[in-house]
Amino acid sequence: MGLLSAPFTYAILLLAVPLLAIVLFSFWTQDFMDVNTTFTMDNYREIAEKPIYFSLLQRSLYVSICVTIVTVVLAFPVAYFVSFKVHPSRKSLWLFLITIPFWTSYLIRVFLWKVILGYNGVINSGLINLGIIEEPLTFILYNVNAVIITLAHAFAPFAILPIFVALEKIDRSLLEASQDLGESKLMTFLRVTLPLSMPGLVAAVLIVFIPTIGDYVTPELMGGAGGKLIANMIQVQFLQLNNAPLGAAIAIVAMLSVTAISLLFVFLNRRWLRGRS
Amino acid sequence: MSALITLTGVEKYYGDYHALRDINLTIDEGEFFSLLGPSGCGKTTLLRTIAGFEGVSGGTVMISGKDMADVPPNLRPTNMVFQSYAIFPHLSVAENVAFGLRKRQMSKADKAEAVKEALAMVGLDGYGARAAHALSGGQRQRVALARALILKPKVLLLDEPLSALDKKMREHMQVELIRLQRAVGITFILVTHDQEEALVMSDRIAVMFEGEIGQLADPETLYRRPNSRRVAEFIGKMNFINGTASATDDGAKLLVPGLGKCTVPAEQCPQGVRTGDVAIGIRPETLAILFEGDTAPRHAADAVVDEVVYYGDMTYYDVRVDDVAAPLTIAMKNLIGRPVLEVGDKARIAWDDRALVVF
Repeated sequence: MGLLSAPFTYAILLLAVPLLAIVLFSFWTQDFMDVNTTFTMDNYREIAEKPIYFSLLQRSLYVSICVTIVTVVLAFPVAYFVSFKVHPSRKSLWLFLITIPFWTSYLIRVFLWKVILGYNGVINSGLINLGIIEEPLTFILYNVNAVIITLAHAFAPFAILPIFVALEKIDRSLLEASQDLGESKLMTFLRVTLPLSMPGLVAAVLIVFIPTIGDYVTPELMGGAGGKLIANMIQVQFLQLNNAPLGAAIAIVAMLSVTAISLLFVFLNRRWLRGRS
Repeated sequence: MSALITLTGVEKYYGDYHALRDINLTIDEGEFFSLLGPSGCGKTTLLRTIAGFEGVSGGTVMISGKDMADVPPNLRPTNMVFQSYAIFPHLSVAENVAFGLRKRQMSKADKAEAVKEALAMVGLDGYGARAAHALSGGQRQRVALARALILKPKVLLLDEPLSALDKKMREHMQVELIRLQRAVGITFILVTHDQEEALVMSDRIAVMFEGEIGQLADPETLYRRPNSRRVAEFIGKMNFINGTASATDDGAKLLVPGLGKCTVPAEQCPQGVRTGDVAIGIRPETLAILFEGDTAPRHAADAVVDEVVYYGDMTYYDVRVDDVAAPLTIAMKNLIGRPVLEVGDKARIAWDDRALVVF
């Protein structure tokens, strides 16, 4: 017990206490410079009544789901390639190369995407010089698309690694057994590889989906006026409008939405795995 | 019986490594055939070329008279029991067994019936709903067998299927496999490094060394008349004694220092009758220690016991004979009233020229 109590203490201090503080704040109100600590549902009532919060949350969820789909769909082939096609002695090198984008700061990567996607950016000037377009494309920066592209790139390694680990764990003789029992390579993938990589896939989906909801840097820098998300609203409430209780309530609502969607996803996935055969 | 599988001049290279060297082989319908050899001899590679997992660098693999060169494993009339069993961990026992039935034109009820029958055949009635990962080693192997046999292949390929089981289970499954093979009448090709397993189960055995077939024969011939020293050393135990031979019209006259003289017919000289120094092989159970009242059937010699290994049913003696370089191993049954000798005891040993093999 003595040894366990230290991790237990800091787990409480670092995880439970901040969470409880947020929950508590969300039931208080801001009274100009002071916080009024009478218990009230006012914050939640405001969130429910004003459509801005719901539409921001909706857009956030839409962006997160898009980012998750794009990231995982692009990550799977990469993980598959490294696990199945790369020589075993080269696998560590490949994983190392995949993590290279992490060597630069997140902010710098976001700014780089700005350079690439901007009005006079790499893509636009390239396409103009090639004569493919005459006017710069405007749908690639300062909107939701730019946010999705940037986040998908930032989270790619987080998705590749769990899928790679799940694929690595698949006994290769299972694939031979499937072929031996009459299945083509495609059917072997669908009947053996894909179901067996499902734990990695689920992990990748959750690892990408959950933090993207809370990201406010990318939408701030890449989203323009129409690309702001719920996290930007939380930040505005806490820092600019000095309304921490309302910010806390929005945070709680966002958190509950993410939890609900994640649980639904895991539940549907289990049902699919069970019902498939 | 007619030929089912014909291998002609099969060669296999991995880069510079020559894994299979000019394999010529015919396996009949309904035969229990074994590929036996030490690890790295190419027996598994050969099995995998029949299954289609490995291509050949030269030569042809024919099954039922059809060249298999461009036929992928999923279209070959073969099914395999893998060394690791390769049971799908995400499926139940019944789903594993039914895996290969997807494309068959059968109703759901017929499939369920076929799965039930297959499980009953391997002694796993009522296990269908179990999760595959909850099975023991022996049960996994039965599932692997049922999964392959349900498809009624022309050939069942078994890659070291018993090596992961304990001794009791292994002996039990050997008998079970023989029974199963007789019941279904399918050709079985077994890969094993266990010579006893091969002798017990097979109609014919190909002994492989370094990518070549050293000898292809039925178990008795292989054991009694190995055609080379390496086959003799690999199959069972054999004593080797240096001697000299002189060729005669229909055999060889042998002079064995320490043991005496005899003549053997040509069939006991698998590498041809010749004059000069030879190695003479003799199996431990064809030698005998003479106890009181025994008389030597043919030849006898004096010896001193050097080592005693007691197995319960048998005792293995190493004895020294004057003028014989290495101690001779003798296997004696522990019959009622027969004493177990001790190290240093003097003994008289008997040998028989009919049991000699001259290399």
